[in-house]
Amino acid sequence: MTDNAIEVKGLYKSFKSTEVLKGVDFEVRRGEIFALLGSNGAGKTTIVKILSTLLKSDGGNASVCGFDVESQPAKVRENISLTGQFAAVDDILTGRENLLLIAKLRGVANAKQTAAALLDRFGLSDAANRRADTYSGGMTRRLDIAMSLVGTPPVIFLDEPTTGLDPEARLEVWKTVKELADGGTTILLTTQYLEEAEQLADRISILHGGVIIANGTLDELKKLFPPAKQEYVIKQPTLEEIFLSIIGSKGDK
Amino acid sequence: MKTMRDTGVLFARSMRHILRSPDTIITVVISPLMIMLLFVYVLGGSIQTGSDNYVNYLLPGILVIAIASGIAYTAYRLFMDIQKGMLARFHSMPVARSSVLWAHVLTSLVSNAISVAVIILAALIMGFRSSAGVLSWLEVAGILLLFTLALTWLAVIPGLTAKTIDGVSAFSYPLIFLPFVSSAFVPTSTMPAAVRLFAENQPVTSIVDAVRSLLNSEPVGYEIWVALAWCIGITVVAYFLAMKAYKRIA
Repeated sequence: MTDNAIEVKGLYKSFKSTEVLKGVDFEVRRGEIFALLGSNGAGKTTIVKILSTLLKSDGGNASVCGFDVESQPAKVRENISLTGQFAAVDDILTGRENLLLIAKLRGVANAKQTAAALLDRFGLSDAANRRADTYSGGMTRRLDIAMSLVGTPPVIFLDEPTTGLDPEARLEVWKTVKELADGGTTILLTTQYLEEAEQLADRISILHGGVIIANGTLDELKKLFPPAKQEYVIKQPTLEEIFLSIIGSKGDK
Repeated sequence: MKTMRDTGVLFARSMRHILRSPDTIITVVISPLMIMLLFVYVLGGSIQTGSDNYVNYLLPGILVIAIASGIAYTAYRLFMDIQKGMLARFHSMPVARSSVLWAHVLTSLVSNAISVAVIILAALIMGFRSSAGVLSWLEVAGILLLFTLALTWLAVIPGLTAKTIDGVSAFSYPLIFLPFVSSAFVPTSTMPAAVRLFAENQPVTSIVDAVRSLLNSEPVGYEIWVALAWCIGITVVAYFLAMKAYKRIA
């Protein structure tokens, strides 16, 4: 057993004539939050799809928890959970039914308690018996992430988990991700927001032009750039800080 | 074992979708019933079928319409599962991929059997009578089940491949229209030659004729073999194409 939860070596993938991945290498250590940073269309989702056995690569190796995604996909699926770019919840079912569905499919022994505990943890207990199509965007995302935690898989993929969320909901997701990592879960996060990577990630890889162009902790990445200069700038509150302080509360809308 | 259990869990999920969708129930059960009422009580009086009980004549065609509109929803539910990312979620979980598809197929078989039963009950109230024995009823059930299976696998193809919701529904119109150009409502003998040629050689006519003969305890001729050949042929071809489409997205 290695210390790495995820190992990717020389990964290639093209769609028709477009080469998206041109030899991607990176490792994710057990228990860390790893951010894959890149602009839209850089191939972040493609990597996540290959790692979660939804897509086959054209070349290279990828393994999760020591299992090769190509030759042992069933083993990989037992060890992962995917929260895709768009929340995948069953609109017609209630929040509780969504969690029970996943619990039954994952063969969790005490499905009912698992569902109740997750509803409570994600602040969805009051909405548990409402259909998911009545949820706000933030609630839907929370349910989506809760569904990914059923059965406590050791590795979780979060593909742009905060895209399209309002600032409040984004902070909620960040909090959840930090708690997960504190509990020992390995998290691979893709994002196009630099701040998100800065806030959450233990290590960051920047995907650009089909390859990883930089890789390391935030401090290591900072060293790649010229040393910081001291300047005097009056600190203005950002619009986000103003917005959050005005609305104050963090209740559900 | 795990595959069976997963299929069961996912089947229960889609059945719940149907029960919570008034739109599905109205389209699948209520509209065939309305067509039946319309034809029996408004148009039926002036349709000469050679039998004195028009409900008896009409029922098999109504059942075919109900099944055709029922399977359109299978395509719709599958399409929505892909759109909403549910399919990707299931596929990234330790769930047999075949379970995901078979749950939809099983849902189609069961829900269509229920709507067929409801329509037969309504027909009984409207004066439908059958002298058929248990064996004939079983044969009718078998043909209708095979027909549902054939159309369901056919519906899986647009469900998996359609790019838009319109594309999914466009596929079902011709299926619902087919019974109107068949022996379902009127005998084909009154139709112009070209239409008659089409009507007598499309699957619905042989299925409707076979079911009608069985229900009326009339001797069943070669039409039952034609009906079976259509059902099995469509099932095999559609299954093959559907699996090919499924492998491409899975």
